[in-house]
Amino acid sequence: MAERVLRAWRGDRSGGRFEDYTVEADPGMVVLDLVHRAQAGPAPDLACRWNCKAGKCGSCSMEINGRPRLACMTRVGDFAPDEPIVVQPLKAFPIIRDLVTDVRWNYQQNKRIAPFTPGPAPADGNYRMSQTDVDRVQEFRKCIECFLCQDTCHVIRDHDKKADFVGPRFMIRLASLDMHPLDTVDRIPAVRDSYGSGYCNITRCCTEVCPEHIGITDNAIIPLKERVVSRFYDPIAMAIRAFFGTKSEPGKRPMAAPQTKVP
Amino acid sequence: MSTATGGHLAGFGDTHRRDAWWVGPVLTVLGLGVWLLYYAWAALQGEYYAAGPLLSPFYAPLLFADPSRAGAAAAEHAFFGSWPAWWPAFIPASPALLIGFLPGVFRMTCYYYRKAYYRAFFGMPPGCAVGPVPHDYRGETGLLLIQNLHRYTLYIAIALLPFLWFEALRSFVYEGQVGIGLGSVLLVVNAALLSGYTLGCHAWRHLVGGRLNCFSCDGGAEASHKAWSFTSWLNVRHMPFAWASLGWILLCDAYIRLVSMGVIQDPNTWSGAF
Ligand code: SF4
Ligand code: SF4
Ligand code: FES
Ligand code: FES
Repeated sequence: MAERVLRAWRGDRSGGRFEDYTVEADPGMVVLDLVHRAQAGPAPDLACRWNCKAGKCGSCSMEINGRPRLACMTRVGDFAPDEPIVVQPLKAFPIIRDLVTDVRWNYQQNKRIAPFTPGPAPADGNYRMSQTDVDRVQEFRKCIECFLCQDTCHVIRDHDKKADFVGPRFMIRLASLDMHPLDTVDRIPAVRDSYGSGYCNITRCCTEVCPEHIGITDNAIIPLKERVVSRFYDPIAMAIRAFFGTKSEPGKRPMAAPQTKVP
Repeated sequence: MSTATGGHLAGFGDTHRRDAWWVGPVLTVLGLGVWLLYYAWAALQGEYYAAGPLLSPFYAPLLFADPSRAGAAAAEHAFFGSWPAWWPAFIPASPALLIGFLPGVFRMTCYYYRKAYYRAFFGMPPGCAVGPVPHDYRGETGLLLIQNLHRYTLYIAIALLPFLWFEALRSFVYEGQVGIGLGSVLLVVNAALLSGYTLGCHAWRHLVGGRLNCFSCDGGAEASHKAWSFTSWLNVRHMPFAWASLGWILLCDAYIRLVSMGVIQDPNTWSGAF
């Protein structure tokens, strides 16, 4: 047993301060355990959202010693013994209290995305998809919606461009739908104009913090950016399409309604 | 230091991070800075860029050569022969200047280097969850839309690859004799690293297969899937290839320069000195 200092931010939207709690830490404990020890001892009213304690529900997102992380997956032993463990709420979203933020903006972004829209089913009623195609989009399905990527992304975090950019979590959702062989919606114009792919400057912080190790920048955002290039910025590709009358994305049709932005 | 709600710091470079997040940007500035200084110096020389069968990759493909300069390539080595008389006197007469900007714009618009210099040189952001340089952020929507031309610079870079391989293989023949030397090996590794870097490009990954939504829908798509998978393998290693190829090309130039100046001798099967 060793004593550790948990320096937690306490407060709400009107303001707050850091408070230090000295708690006992057992070997192998994670930061969420320290928060629980503080709640069981000196700070019974310390607010913290959590659920699974297994890195799978995405609730316990907070900033630990300056880095957006899951409290249940961050070991206390990763920090030097004399280093205080500083816990803060996510910076990008409005604070409710202490370590809990209001992440509803993310759910609003999700609603702006047209859901998976397959074409008519084959005669036997079974849609089929080959393993190679499954493999490619499978990665994006691992997302646990912890929104750590959204919190780290400087476009949202520092520049507050919430009205212009949906953020990395929803870029991967868009990628998984746009690359889906059975989906029929052409999402590329909206990826540029409504979801704001141009705001991402591919500096990869989302990828660095994703606890599911999803290749957000390399496998979702950059491929979407390249699709946008083919559609809007590559004169040769555009000329070839015009000359041969080919569709930019065969099998896809324009998205029904332009999506309203949520600041 | 400005403090926002939640105890977050918001000024440039401000953060509660206690790890060495600044090491990456500092190394990037040092690495790219030293490289660019060396390149600017070496490319302006127009001398000591060739030794025997070896041609510095900064100068390849060689369009024109002025054999009267010290350590220059023979006129036959150049694709269009001797140095043109019309070359304006105020521009240094160096063949490197004729081609160097082509791989230059390729790297400047590369998705990896963009990340590296946006972070390290422009502080947007300098590190993850570290305060950025305060500015009206527009990302790649305004002036930086130009980055979307990366795939055209890729076409150029791919067109240059055969020339680099050609120069590397040519360095195994000296005065009609096939042989091998340390310099020739360095040039082959150089061509290999540049190929690994170029073929791991994100734009290439899109073009060879990433643009498809179905990898199983027809015969051609299967071949595309193979090409895409191979490119994806290189793409995961794009950053190490970017640095290795950048460093290696400098090493090749420095080596050939020193051999050409007579400071060192290339160990080879053609009995030594060129
Ligand atoms: S790579 Fe793009 S989406 Fe990801 S954190 Fe950086 S700017 Fe945001
Ligand atoms: S992409 Fe990764 S970091 Fe972003 S919400 Fe999903 S799991 Fe969390
Ligand atoms: S508590 Fe579920 S991810 Fe941490
Ligand atoms: S992405 Fe780096 S060379 Fe194209």
